[in-house]
Amino acid sequence: MLAAAGVRKQFGALAALGGVDLDVGPGDAIGIVGPNGAGKTTLLNVLAGTMAPSGGTVSFRGADVTRSSAARRARLGIARAHQVPRPFGAMTVFENCLVGATAGGGLRRRAAYARCLEVLELCGLIELADRRADSLGLLGRKRLELARALATDPVVLLLDEIGAGLTDAEAAELVAMLKALRGEQGLAVVWIEHIVHVLVQVVTRLVCMDAGRVISDGEPAAVMRDARVVDAYLGTAAA
Amino acid sequence: MNWVNDVIQGILLGGYYGIIACGLALMFGVMRIINLAHGDIAVLGAFLMYLLLQHWSVSPFIALLPVLPTMILFGYVLQRLVLQRSLRAGILTPLLATFGLSIVIQNALEQSFGPDVQSLGGQAGSLVTAAWRINSQISISALGGLTFGAAVAVYAALQLYLSRTPSGRQMRASAEDPDTAELVGINSRAVYARATAIAIGIATLGGLALALRSTFSSYSGPDQLIFAFEAVVIGGLGSSLWGALLGGIVLGVAQTIGSQINPEWSVLSGHIVFLLVLISPRGGLLTLRSGRRAPASLPQAGT
Repeated sequence: MLAAAGVRKQFGALAALGGVDLDVGPGDAIGIVGPNGAGKTTLLNVLAGTMAPSGGTVSFRGADVTRSSAARRARLGIARAHQVPRPFGAMTVFENCLVGATAGGGLRRRAAYARCLEVLELCGLIELADRRADSLGLLGRKRLELARALATDPVVLLLDEIGAGLTDAEAAELVAMLKALRGEQGLAVVWIEHIVHVLVQVVTRLVCMDAGRVISDGEPAAVMRDARVVDAYLGTAAA
Repeated sequence: MNWVNDVIQGILLGGYYGIIACGLALMFGVMRIINLAHGDIAVLGAFLMYLLLQHWSVSPFIALLPVLPTMILFGYVLQRLVLQRSLRAGILTPLLATFGLSIVIQNALEQSFGPDVQSLGGQAGSLVTAAWRINSQISISALGGLTFGAAVAVYAALQLYLSRTPSGRQMRASAEDPDTAELVGINSRAVYARATAIAIGIATLGGLALALRSTFSSYSGPDQLIFAFEAVVIGGLGSSLWGALLGGIVLGVAQTIGSQINPEWSVLSGHIVFLLVLISPRGGLLTLRSGRRAPASLPQAGT
């Protein structure tokens, strides 16, 4: 459905992505792991359209979207949540979602309001709906980041380390929320996360990247046992 | 009580400055573009109405009807073709682009209309002379009252647009964080084009107010820009939408009181108030310093 084919991204002499293929099917839950600098966030940027690839193509539901803007892709159904939440601080929590629902989701009036109430309920923000977004704490902002992305009525949700900085209890809430989402909305999720034990509670497929390439892709347990994955994290065992 | 009358006249004059400042503040708030051609665009609007009235003997308000949409369209095209391109090249390029536009408009106006001073006051009939006399010393001119009322209406309409409509909310989102706005599906180019179109529409209303209350020539633009800029800065550059109207009122009152002390001090005393605000630690300077991170000059919802 959302597919990257041979995607390359060059930053000067550095190849951040050296030909990555990734295919996200409807309802897939894919976790992306890998050491720092593996190109995970760059891949997400290319998928979301905030960064143009140096080579390769990105397609969504059969159409080539490599040259489409991030805004266009958001309207098509690709949503993105940042590692560091970036709410529209001067607007209320509800308005943040409303902007997503009207611009990204193409919803109007009642439908947009209903969508916002639904996602705010789901993300546990309904009581804070009239608060200014910049008055929220970190967890609240993370919830809002997710709620705003969901308000755009996405088909695929791209998550960048949204678990970072959360306590175990908060991470557990996040996991429950994502599971509920996947169950109710049949949403596909691509999630970058360093906290693997949190990640594997949600994802059904794990992709490990290293130095701009996919080095392992499959069942989470199998990927974690893969010798190449162990090497990437711990270095090659002395033979 | 001459002072009371001065303050009232100053407030009414502030309505005009508020209208002129509104579009300048909007473009700065949404795109961080300081439109140096803002005054010239207002004068361009005034000349277009003047041109219509040369051939068509009607009220200037009727002449506004075709000119306003023309200028709004001009603003839209200007953003799409010129300013949007200049935005890619950093902060200085849009400033230079609008500076160039200012010169182009001034010279084009002089080429087309000559260097003479014009006014539309003559075509407005009794409106220009009518006044509501409260007592022997205080009177409110119909034109001043109308201008002030129009200013309040313009700000209220803009506030309503920004806080209540999907398009206005998208404008606030884009103003605050254009990259994130793109990620939730907002086409910032379209938003920017709308913002410029609105700003230039409001500048055209300012052009009409100028043409009715005073005289204008091809080179009147920069003066209007200075007053607009002063009003925006006195109002606390970008801290709130209504600040620009408030700043205009402060400027207007300073000018009328200054002229009461000495007729030559009218414009000067406005400049002095502007400079005082600029150097005061809590005033405009503070918001100028914080640069891009300053909250956009757009109202917050529900407040």
